Amino acid sequence: MIVKINVGDNPHRVKLERDGQEWRCELDGRLIQVRAQLVRRDVMSLITNGKTYEVKRDQLGKQARIWIEHSPYVVELSDPRSLASRTRNRSTSGNSRLLASMPGKILRVLATEMEQVEAGQALIVVEAMKMQNEIKSPSKGIVRQLVSEGTYVNAGDVLAIVE
Amino acid sequence: MFKKIFIANRGEIAVRLVRACREMGIIPVAVYSEADRAALHVRMAGEAYPIGASPALESYLDIEKVVTVAKRCGAEALHPGYGFLSENADFAEACANAGIKFIGPSPKSMRIMGSKTRARQEMEKHGVPCVPGNSQALESFEEAVQIAKNIGYPIMLKAAAGGGGKGMRLVREPQELRSALEAAQSESQRAFGDGSVYIEKAILNPRHIEIQILADEHGNTIHLGERECSIQRRHQKVLEESPSSFVDVALRNKMGEVAVQAASAVGYANAGTVEFLVSQDKNFYFLEMNTRLQVEHPVTELVTGVDLVQMQIRIAAGERLPVRQEDVNFRGHAIECRIYAEDPDNQYFPSPGKITLLQEPSGPGIRLDSGVYEGWTVSVDYDPLLAKLTAYAENREQVVSRLLRALDEMFVGGIQTNIALFRRILNDPGFREGKIDTGYLNRLTASVAADHQHNEIAALAAGLFAVLDETSSRDSIMRDPVGPIVSASRWKRSAKIESLQWQANDDRQN
Repeated sequence: MIVKINVGDNPHRVKLERDGQEWRCELDGRLIQVRAQLVRRDVMSLITNGKTYEVKRDQLGKQARIWIEHSPYVVELSDPRSLASRTRNRSTSGNSRLLASMPGKILRVLATEMEQVEAGQALIVVEAMKMQNEIKSPSKGIVRQLVSEGTYVNAGDVLAIVE
Repeated sequence: MFKKIFIANRGEIAVRLVRACREMGIIPVAVYSEADRAALHVRMAGEAYPIGASPALESYLDIEKVVTVAKRCGAEALHPGYGFLSENADFAEACANAGIKFIGPSPKSMRIMGSKTRARQEMEKHGVPCVPGNSQALESFEEAVQIAKNIGYPIMLKAAAGGGGKGMRLVREPQELRSALEAAQSESQRAFGDGSVYIEKAILNPRHIEIQILADEHGNTIHLGERECSIQRRHQKVLEESPSSFVDVALRNKMGEVAVQAASAVGYANAGTVEFLVSQDKNFYFLEMNTRLQVEHPVTELVTGVDLVQMQIRIAAGERLPVRQEDVNFRGHAIECRIYAEDPDNQYFPSPGKITLLQEPSGPGIRLDSGVYEGWTVSVDYDPLLAKLTAYAENREQVVSRLLRALDEMFVGGIQTNIALFRRILNDPGFREGKIDTGYLNRLTASVAADHQHNEIAALAAGLFAVLDETSSRDSIMRDPVGPIVSASRWKRSAKIESLQWQANDDRQN
C-alpha cells in the first residue's frame, strides 16, 4: 500500500509491504525495515534498527496526532479536500474573529456592537470549569459582531468579530 | 467506629476517601450528578445515590439535597473532601442537626477560619504574623481605592470565603482596580455564594509553604511538617513537595509551632492546613487556614507515614491522636504533580473531552490518585484535575528522576493535558536547585518548542497504523465492546482512497 502522509507541513510518501514478521517500508524512496505490532487500539510497538518506540495515536478535534517519545506530531493522510476547507476558514486580514477555545458560558459582555475598541480591551467574560476568563480584543477596531450574555458556546464558536 | 461513611464529593478525592473506608472496613457511600453516573468514584463505592443535575450548584453544592440523601442512606458520618461544601460551616451544622458526624472541624472554628477576614483578626490577636492589609470585607469601590492607596500597589484582591485561587486578582495599577474588583466579586459569588472581597499587600516572589496539622477532640494538636507549594499558575497549585528545600529544621519547628498555636486559638479539631507566605529572607506570614483535607495531602502521607484520611476518620470517631509531636519522623522526599486536563498550547485553558487512551504509571515509589479511566468523558462542569501523580524516594534528586520516569510511562490520549509541563519543570536547572517562588511558573516559558526529531518515524507509524487498522479490524470489532474508534475507520478509509489515487497516478506516470 502506498500512503501520502503530511507530518506538520512536511509531505512524505510511504510505501508499505509485509515481509514475514517485518514491514518493508519505503519512506520517500528510502528503504527501512520495521517491526510493528499493534499492542492494542491506538498503541503500536515499533522497532527499527534495534531502537524501540512505543507509538500512540489520538485524535484531538479534527487533528490526528502520533506521539513519539512524549511529543505529538500532527499527521494527515492527505486528502486535498480537507486542505481546501481549512484554508477557507482562515480569516482575512484586518478582521479578527475571536473564537471560543473551549465550551463555556458567556457571563458578561463588556462591549456593544459597533463600538470602537482598543487592542487589549476586555470584550467578553467567559466562564468554563469554574474559571472566569476575559476575552480581549486582539486589535484596535470596531466590534461588528458579539455573542449575547448567558449563551452557552462550544469550542470554535465565534464570540466576536473586530474589524 | 463508623459503619457507613457518606462521601460528599467526586473525582479523585472521592476515590481516595472510598479507599480509606475500604481499608477500615467501612461502607463508602457515593453521590453523583447526572454527568457522573459512571464516574470512577461511583463505580468503586459500596452504595451510590443520584443527587441532581450536572452543574455543581444543583448537585454537589446543594446542602439540603446532600444532607437529605446522607440521612436517608443511614450514614453515621460524612466526609466532605476538598472544594464544594468542605469549608461551608452551614453545611457542617446541617449535618450535625441531621445527626450525622461531619468529618472535619466544628462549625465554629470553620466560621472563623473560613472567613479570611475574621481569621486575620483572630490570628493578629494571638500574635500570629500576618501580611499587611485590611481584614474587613470591602463595602464599596471607593473604600477599595482608599485602602489600596494606603497600602501601596501592587495589591492582591481576595475572596473572603474563598480558596483555590478563585476570586483572587493581582492589581498592579490603580486603573486596573475597578474591573479586577468586579471580576473578583462576581467570581467569588459564583464559586462560594459570597461576593465579599478584601485587600492585602502583594508580597512579590514569595514562597508558598504550608503546615499540616492534626488535632483530636481532646485538646491534642500536632504538626506534620511543611509542604512547599510555590509552583502555581493563576494561584492554583500545580506541583507540591515535602520537605521544602528552603526550610531547615529550625524554621520547620518555628512554623510548626505557630501553626499549632493558630489551630489551638480557634479550638480546632481534625486535619487542617495553615498556609504561610514566606519571603526570600525567611519571614513568614499567615495566609489562611484550610479547614479540610488538602489536594496535596499525599506528599505529607509519604514522608511521615501517617494516613491523613484514616486519621481524620478516627478523630471524628472520638479517638485520641495515636502519635505525639516527638513521635513524628520525617523520612525521604515526596513530590506531587497535579495532572490537569488543560491545553498547554492555549494558556492552559481547561480541555474537557473523552479520554480515548490512558496508560498509567506504576513501579517503585509511585502513587497515583486518579479519578478517571479510559473511556471517561471529562466534564466541563467541574475542576479539570484528572489525577495526582506522586513519587517518593530517599532524597529530592531521586524523586525528580523517579517522577520523570513515571511521567514517561503515563499517557493520556484524546484530550490535552499538562504532562509535558512537569517534564519541563523537573528538567529545569532552577527547579533542581530549589530556586522556586510563586512566580516561577510564569517565568518558565509556557510554550514547549515543537519537536521535529522524529518526523520520519511519525510518518512511518501513521502509515503502519493505517494498514494495521485494516488487518486487525475484523477481530477488533468483535472484541471491542464500543467498536473501533471513529479515527481508526476514518484513517482506514482515507488510506484506502489515497492508495487507490496513488496507484492511479503511478499508472498514469508509467
